[in-house]
Order: sequence, then structure tokens, then C-alpha cells
Amino acid sequence: MAQKTMIEAITQALDQEMERDQDILIFGEDVGKNGGVFRATAGLQEKYGEERVSDTPLAESGIGGLAIGLALQGFRPVPEIQFIGFLFEVLDSIVGQAARTRYRMSSTRNMPITIRTPFGGGVHTPEMHSDNLEGLLTQSPGIKVVVPSNPYDAKGLLTSALRDNDPVVFMEHMKLYRSFRDEVPEESYTIPLGKAAITREGKDVSVITYGAMVREAIKAADELEKEGISVEIVDLRTISPLDIETIIASVEKTGRVVVVQEAQRQAGVGAMVMSEISERAILSLKAPIGRVAAPDTVFPFGLAETSWLPNATDIAEKVKATYNF
Amino acid sequence: MVNKKQPVDFEALLSTIDAAFPMVQILDKDGKVVNKDIMPDLSDDQLVEIMEKMVWSRILHERSMALARQGRLGFYAPTAGQEASQLASHYAFVKEDVLLPGYRDIPQLIQHGLPVSKAFLWSRGHSLGNEYPEDLNALPPQIIIGAQIIQAMGVGIGLKKRGKQNVAFTYTGDGGSSQGDFYEGLNYAGAYKAPVVFFIQNNGYAISTPRHKQTAATTLAQKAVAAGIPGIQVDGMDALAVYAVTKQARDWAVAGNGPVLIETITSRFGPHSTSGDDPTRYRDQESFDYWEQRDPLIRYRNFLTEKGIWSEEKENQLIEKTKEEIKASVTEADQAPKQKVSDFLKNMYETPTQVIAEQIATFEAKESK
Repeated sequence: MAQKTMIEAITQALDQEMERDQDILIFGEDVGKNGGVFRATAGLQEKYGEERVSDTPLAESGIGGLAIGLALQGFRPVPEIQFIGFLFEVLDSIVGQAARTRYRMSSTRNMPITIRTPFGGGVHTPEMHSDNLEGLLTQSPGIKVVVPSNPYDAKGLLTSALRDNDPVVFMEHMKLYRSFRDEVPEESYTIPLGKAAITREGKDVSVITYGAMVREAIKAADELEKEGISVEIVDLRTISPLDIETIIASVEKTGRVVVVQEAQRQAGVGAMVMSEISERAILSLKAPIGRVAAPDTVFPFGLAETSWLPNATDIAEKVKATYNF
Repeated sequence: MVNKKQPVDFEALLSTIDAAFPMVQILDKDGKVVNKDIMPDLSDDQLVEIMEKMVWSRILHERSMALARQGRLGFYAPTAGQEASQLASHYAFVKEDVLLPGYRDIPQLIQHGLPVSKAFLWSRGHSLGNEYPEDLNALPPQIIIGAQIIQAMGVGIGLKKRGKQNVAFTYTGDGGSSQGDFYEGLNYAGAYKAPVVFFIQNNGYAISTPRHKQTAATTLAQKAVAAGIPGIQVDGMDALAVYAVTKQARDWAVAGNGPVLIETITSRFGPHSTSGDDPTRYRDQESFDYWEQRDPLIRYRNFLTEKGIWSEEKENQLIEKTKEEIKASVTEADQAPKQKVSDFLKNMYETPTQVIAEQIATFEAKESK
């Protein structure tokens, strides 16, 4: 096993799947010779040629149409949307078209497309680069939404996404790209989509979260342990569909929950997780479900990120309040 | 006063562009050949076949209007007037070419292999209408104006990657040429030299908005210049001209030269759709009269009759046969089973998610009662 960053794990998953399946095509803005603005596709065009790894004109909607058309010709497109904020340009292709194809054609056609896109705060990007827009996608039937929180999961989940026969949006948190390394097996492996992970076992409070907030939850849990509060962390990994079974099992065990997301309170998937728990496990609850989320403003100006983004301190405070309710 | 020369002569620039897109015409409005040099190479049988398809389409239109009025069809976008634009263009393609139609392009879709009964089910809003056999190289009618343009580009690039000697072809209207996806589709197809034939069927109106409110461009064909690809403006009421330019465009695309944009100048004789549009609110009688005198059927009928290969008797037989076939298709559509929500749920993903599996169980219990 090797120590890899999340971006290296992503590149390896792409490489191994391209090797395995000739129908996989990668394309987007600057993903070819340049190897991507984050180096996620570094070396792939050199290895597989321009026919399989190509740069597109600068037009996200066109990228979406290209993916759909190629899927209709039997390819497995893996387009990249350079930054999440540019998702709006291609929302019709993803939500209005690809997500609906299997349904509208009664499974006579399908869209095995994986859309990769970086997102997430903490790295002082310019406007419309870091927004947490996953909630828009999880409200759209017909697509799956995956948000890995570490290099190991990123490789296994991306491999599964590429093999899935329905559209998947694979959201890569920019702060996690290179912030730490993890043991990642060299050989190919998969992690099932729609399955959460118990990042840390605990008995007092369940923290249900995803993406960069998993690391913040771990920090908070370390602190709380010193105070005698045992936190169980559920990393959703796939945020649509939700792994209801794992969520409910954890809630039934601890009886207290805090749902944590980087997105604004009115966005993300926190409310969805809370409502599933209310419907399915209310009798197990010893306290109201807590929530940590960003304020309901537009994503902050770069210098204001630290005071805006939820962090370990916010999580610890909410867990304590829930524990002491 | 200083009379200094301007760096660029804008007026000359615009007139040069406009001059590059003359309207291609072979038959005048009375059916006389006005440009025999570009007469397509078609046998008498083929010439007759194009007429048969256009007559079939006119009858399909008339019956569809009547069926919609009776409540036996749902959404229907009238096609009368566009027979040359739709059927003569389709005639230049082969079954292996991939059609991405807009919502008004039902006649081409049926000619490409969609059973009429399925077209009727689509109109009514039944899932069976979009259940396409694998060898039907087409997508269902696209409701999002412009989406078919970027998707056709993707299909064209896919065909090229697969090394197939086929093209993707797609249609939009004059209003659709204002969409971003319209431009992106043309531009990508040009950049990838993809085999795609794009059509703008310019019938003068996007619902109530006249063509001149869409753009300052003198022709819509000249929008091809922005993508660096050939554009053609053709008399869309002239079946021979439409066929000839489409054939040329397809040959060009298949040979690896990239896409072509064709603007057909045409008209719809009726409303925008059967969903309550009243064209007399925004079009005067003169406009209808002008275009009805240019009816593609009249001029092509005159042309064929003059050649001695078409007769009133032949046309009447075809009309009767078409009406019978449409009647049978309505009966077939009536027999479609009631749609089940559990089937919709099963068609969301290859494998149902936990929440969807729960909903399938709920609906199956309801449906079995």
C-alpha cells in the first residue's frame, strides 16, 4: 500500500478504469495536455491519446450535451466541470436530460455518465468556485451524488461511479485534494454507492456528515472524548441516495444526533437526513436533532471564509448542547 | 470638417455576409423548374415517394388536429406547411443516421421508424410512446429548445469515434436559434469536425414572436459563420431544393468535413400547438394567404403532374389508405395498458435505491388492489 493524496487516488482510479474499459472517455476544459487545473487527469492523455482524453471548448452546457450524445453511442463519458459554480450552465443536461433518460425511455436507453467536479471552501478561491451546490442535485431524481472525504474512499467510490450504469455526480472537495495522505491500495477496488461508513464508533451522540466536515467532526470528537462524550461519526459518502439503514442504526444506538454540513442551512442534505430520522427513529431520540450548517448567505468573500465555514468548534458546541439537552 | 476614412466599412461587411447566403430554390411557387443545374439525381419512383410522404404527413396533420379536438390526442404541434422542410429533408438520410427531433418533428420520427401508435401515445403522455426499440436511431421529441442541438453534436462525435459512415441530424425552429445550446452545439461540432446536419426550420414565428424579434441577422443560416461551418438558406416550401441541399450536407459530413447548418424558409399554416394558441392574435390573414399560395404540396404536385407521374386518383387512393392506417394506429394506442407508478419507480435506476424500493412496494400494494 502507498500513501496517497485524494487527488492521486482519483487519478489512479481514472487510469485503472480507462485501462480496463475502452469505452471510458474523459473530457472537459484543460483536462488533456494540461492534466487538469488540479492535475486530476495528469498523464492520462499521454497514455490513452486524444481520442480518449480531450479538451473541449469553454462551454459547460456543450460538455453536458457531448456526454449525453456519447452515451447514446455506447461510450461511458467522464466529463469534468472545472468548478462547481459553473454547474448552473450545465444543469439542464444533468438534471433535465441525463437524469431522466432511463425513466423517459422506460430503461431502453441509459446514461452511464460520471460528472467530476471540484467544490468546497477553505482555499480562498474567487467567486463561484467553492459553493456547496449538492442540494440542487440531491433534489433531482435520477442521479446519484457522491462526496468522498478521504483518499481511500475517493478511489473506491470513483471506481464504482465509473462502473455504474446511471449518471453520477462525483463532487471533489478542493480542501481535501492534498491536505493529507492516506493508505490507498495499488490494486483496483470498489466501495458500493449508497453506503455510508462509520468513521468512528461512539455511544453518546451520532454526528452525521459528509465531505470536508468529516475531518472537522473527527477533530471535535477527539476534543469531546477528553470531556467524556463519546461521538459516533457517520460519513454519508453518497448523499443521494442516502444510506438510511446505517443512519438509523446509529441513531437507534446513541439516541442523539447532530447533522453537519458545510452548505448553508437551507441547502445541502442536512434537512433531508433530519426528516428521515424524524420519520423512522423518533422514539429513539433523547434530544432534538441538532444541526450545524453555514449561514444562509451567499458563499463568502475569500477573506471571510474562516468566520463563515462551519468547523470543529461549531460541531463540538452543538454536540455538547445535544448531549446536555 | 475632417473627412477621415473609417478603419472598417461596416455596411460593406454586413452586405458581404448577407450576400453569402442566398436562398436555394429549384421549383418556383407554381412548380416550374427555375434552377435545373442543381436538380437532384432522383428517379421517377423516388420523386413520387417524396410526394407520397408529404401527402401522408398532411393527412397525419389533419387527422391529428381532429383527434386533438376530440380529446383523443394531447399535445400536438401542427406541421402543415412544413412538409417539404420535414419530409424531403428526412428523405436524404438513412436508417442508421441518428435523428434528434424537436417537438414539432413527429413526421420525421415516424419516417425514421417510430410506429404512429407510439407517436400518438407520446402526444397523450404515455410512457410506451417513448419506449424505443434498440434499432430505432432516434430520441423522443425534445421539449427543451436547444438541448437536441448539443446532444446531436455529442452523437455526431460518437459516430465519428466509432468510425461509422453515418450522421446525426437535428431540427429546431427560428426561435431556437437564439438559445445558447444552439450556438454551443454548432460550435462544438465544428471544433470536432463532427458529422452533424443541423436544421433551423424558420416558419416565421416562435409562438407569437416574429422572426425579426429574435435577431438582427438577415438570415439564420449565417449563424453558421460563428461556428466556422457551412450554412445554407433554402426555400423550405420546395421539396427538391430541401432534398438537394440536405443530400449535399449529408455527403459533406459523412466524408469527414464536419457539420452543416441548413435554414429552411417555411411556414406553419396553423397554430403553434393545440394547447390553446390562437395565431389570429398575432398573424393577419395576408400572412396566411401568402404562405398558402406557396404550399409545398401544390408546387410539387404541379411539378410531378407536368412530368406525368402523379394524378389526382393516385393522391386520393393514398389519402384513403393513410386515413385507414391512422385509424388503426389510434385503436392500437387505445389498447395501451394503464401506466403504473411502480414501473416508473423501476425505471429510475438500474437497481432501485432503498427509498425507491420502499416506494415500489407501497405502489405495488396499491396497484394490486
